[in-house]
Amino acid sequence: MQHTIAHLKRGERAVITDVSSKNIPLKLLEMGCLPGNFVELIQLAPFQDPMYLNINGSHVAIRKETASYILIEKITHE
Amino acid sequence: MSKQINVALIGNPNTGKTSVFNALTGLNQKVGNYPGITVEKKEGVCKLPRGVKAHIIDLPGTYSLNASSLDENVVIELLLNKNDKDYPDVAVVVSDVENLKRNLLIFTQIKDLEIPTILAINMSDRMKYKGISLDIDYLEEQLQTKIALISTRKNDGIDRLKELIANYRDLSVSACLDPSEIDKPYFDALRKAFPNQLIYKLWLVITQDVNFGKTDRKEIDAIASFKTKTSGDLKRLQQRETIKRYQFINNVLKKGKTIDVTQAKDLRAKLDKVLTHKVWGYLIFFFILLLIFQAIYDWSSVPMDFIDETFAALSEWVKNTLPSGAFTNLLAEGIIAGLGGIVIFIPQIAFLFLFISVLEESGYMSRVVFLMDNIMKRFGLSGKSVVPLISGTACAIPAIMATRNIESWKERLITILVTPFTTCSARLPVYLIIISLVIPEGRFLGLSYQALTLMLLYLLGFVSAVVSAYILNKILKIKSKSFFVVEMPNYKLPLFKNVALTVIEKTKSFVFGAGKIILAISIILWFLASYGPGDNFNKAEDIVTKANVSNNLSDEALQQKIASHKLKHSFIGIAGHAIEPAIRPLGYDWKIGIAIVSSFAAREVFVGTLATIYSVGNDDEDTIKNRMAKETNPVLGGPLFTLASGISLLLFYAFAMQCMSTLAIVKRETNSWKWPVYQLVIMTAIAYITALIAFQLLK
Repeated sequence: MQHTIAHLKRGERAVITDVSSKNIPLKLLEMGCLPGNFVELIQLAPFQDPMYLNINGSHVAIRKETASYILIEKITHE
Repeated sequence: MSKQINVALIGNPNTGKTSVFNALTGLNQKVGNYPGITVEKKEGVCKLPRGVKAHIIDLPGTYSLNASSLDENVVIELLLNKNDKDYPDVAVVVSDVENLKRNLLIFTQIKDLEIPTILAINMSDRMKYKGISLDIDYLEEQLQTKIALISTRKNDGIDRLKELIANYRDLSVSACLDPSEIDKPYFDALRKAFPNQLIYKLWLVITQDVNFGKTDRKEIDAIASFKTKTSGDLKRLQQRETIKRYQFINNVLKKGKTIDVTQAKDLRAKLDKVLTHKVWGYLIFFFILLLIFQAIYDWSSVPMDFIDETFAALSEWVKNTLPSGAFTNLLAEGIIAGLGGIVIFIPQIAFLFLFISVLEESGYMSRVVFLMDNIMKRFGLSGKSVVPLISGTACAIPAIMATRNIESWKERLITILVTPFTTCSARLPVYLIIISLVIPEGRFLGLSYQALTLMLLYLLGFVSAVVSAYILNKILKIKSKSFFVVEMPNYKLPLFKNVALTVIEKTKSFVFGAGKIILAISIILWFLASYGPGDNFNKAEDIVTKANVSNNLSDEALQQKIASHKLKHSFIGIAGHAIEPAIRPLGYDWKIGIAIVSSFAAREVFVGTLATIYSVGNDDEDTIKNRMAKETNPVLGGPLFTLASGISLLLFYAFAMQCMSTLAIVKRETNSWKWPVYQLVIMTAIAYITALIAFQLLK
C-alpha cells in the first residue's frame, strides 16, 4: 500500500516521493514539501488533525486531508 | 538624483524582519496604508555611513513572489514596477539562520529580477544553541551577493548591514536560475516575443494576477496576452521552477551550512511537548486568557481611577478659574469631559495590546492555531480564525484584516462576519462602568465578581461568534477548497523594543482615531444639550420659578430643577424623548437612549456621551461613575442603573453592531455592501431582543 503523510505516527520520519500538486497549495511546496525531502511528524492535535510536521527543516501544521495527498516512503530503522 | 537610497526589506514571515526594520529606523518610522487597500505600509528613514540617507520600506512577509494574498501582491507590484517612487535601489532579504533554505527561495527570485540584493541572516545568536556554522565567504561567492550576519537581539551586525546598503552599487545583479531550465521551448518563444524585456519579469507578469497602475497597463496587457499554455500547465511550470530553485539552494547549502546535531539544544521540542499537549496545551491557553482578563480589570484600575479623578478636578478647575460663559462651559463640560472619556481607557488598551503582541512575538499564537483548528473546523472556521477572534478583543478592524491569511474563502467570510461579536476594546469602557455600578464587590476563588462578570462577557462574545459561525456554515452555500498551512515558528523571547513600539503605535491610533470621533461628538452633544427651541427652554427660569413659588425651595434645589427642566427641553432632550418609547422596555431612560444612538458611530462614545449629558448643568466636582449612580429611574423611581437595566445594557452592547469603521472594513474586504448590511441588521436585532428579555425577567 502507498503511504502518505497521513499515515505517519508521532516521531516517525519519511521521505516524500510524490505530491499531488492539484490538491496541495503552492505555498507548501515553497516551504520545501517536494519529492526527495524528508518529513517528520512532531505532534498531532486531538483527533489526529491537524498534523504538526517538520518538512525539510520547515515546521508547519497542515490538515490531515492535505497530508493524504503527499506520498511518502517511511524510513525504517533496522 | 538625491542621495536618498530606496531600500526594501523582504522576507518570510517570522524572520524578525520587523526587528531589523526597527533596528534600522528606530522611532523614525511611520505606519500608513497602501492607497485603496488596507495593507499596512511601514516606512522609515535610516542614516547610513558617509551622510547617506536611506528610505526603508518594510514589505509584508511572503514566502515567494507567487502571490496568493493581497499583502503578497503588494510586494510583487512594487518589484515589477520600475516607475513606482518606492521601487528599491537595493533589496534586503531578511532570513533567519535556522530556515535559511526556505528563505533563499525568495532571495533567488528577487535576484533574478536584476535588483541588487543583500542577504541579511538574522538571529545569529541562536547558531551556537543549534550547532549551526556558516561559511559566509563560500555563500557570498555562490549566491553572488553580500551577506550581513546579524542579531537584532544582541544588536550585532547592524552596522555592517548599513555599510552594505550604502555600497549597494558594488553588488552583482547576475541571475541565480536560467528560466530556460524550466522549459526551454516555452521561454525561447517568450524571449522572441518580447526581446527587450527581462525574461523573469515576463514570467512573473504572466503567472501572477497583479494590479498595476495605469501607466504600465498597456505593456502588461500585451505580456499577459502571451497565452500558449493552459493555466494547469503554467502551474506545473511554477512547481518546476520551485523544484529547480531548491536544487540550486540545496547544492549551495550542502557546503555552506553545517549543523552539528550533538551541539543542538532543542528547547523548541521540549516546549512544544507541553504547549501543544492535548490536555496541558488547552489548560495553559485557558490560564493565559484568565491572566489577560485579570490584568485588564484589576491591574489597570489604579491608573484609571487616577485619570478619572484628574479630569473631574481639571473640569472643576476650569470652571472656577476662567470667567464664566459659554466658552468655559463648552471647555469644561464638552471638551474636557469628552477627552477624559478617551484617555481613561489608555491603560486597558495598552495592556490588551501588550498581551497580544507578546503572544504573537513569542511564537505561541501559532500553537494556539494548531490546537484550535480541529474544534474551529466543526464550526466552519479555521484554526487561523483564532487570531482574528483573539485580536478582535482589541479591535475588530485589524482583526478582520488578519483574516487574509485564511486560505478558504468560505472560512474567511464566516470569520469576517462573526468577528464583530468578540468583545472589542471599545465595548470595554461601557462594560467597565456598568459592571462597577451594578455588580457587587466581593471575591470568588480569589477573583473578584466584577472580573468574573467581565470574563463571562468575553466568553459570551466568543460563544456567540462561534455559534453564529456554525449557523452560517450551514446556511452559506459556497464551495471552496479548505487548505490550511500554518508555520510553527521558533519560540522567542519577545524583544522589548518591538513590543513597546506595537503597544505605543496601536494605543496612539486608538486615541487619535477614536478620539477624534469622541471629541467631535462630545462637542456636538454639548451644544445640543445646552440649547433648545422655544420658550420652554429659553424661559426655563421663569417657568420653573413660577411653578415652585408655593414650594418654598432652597436656592440650590431651585437651580437643580431649572437645570433639569432645561435639559429636558433642549434639542437633545427632545430627541431623546422621541426615542424613549422604543427603549423603555429595555430599562433605559432617554439619556441612555442618546448615548446608544451616538454609539452607532463608535461604541466607546457611550461613556463620553453620558459624561457630557450628565455634566451639563451639574456643578459639583464628581466622577462620571458617581454621577451615573445618582441617576434615578423616571418611571419606577429608585436608581436608574439596577442589576436588571445594567445586565440589559451589557447584553445590548455585547451583540449590537455599533461601529461604522468595522462596517466599512467589512465592505472593503468582502467587496460588497451585502455583508455589512446583514451584520448591522441581524446583530442589532439580536441585541434588542436579548436586552428586552433580560430586563423583563430581572426587573
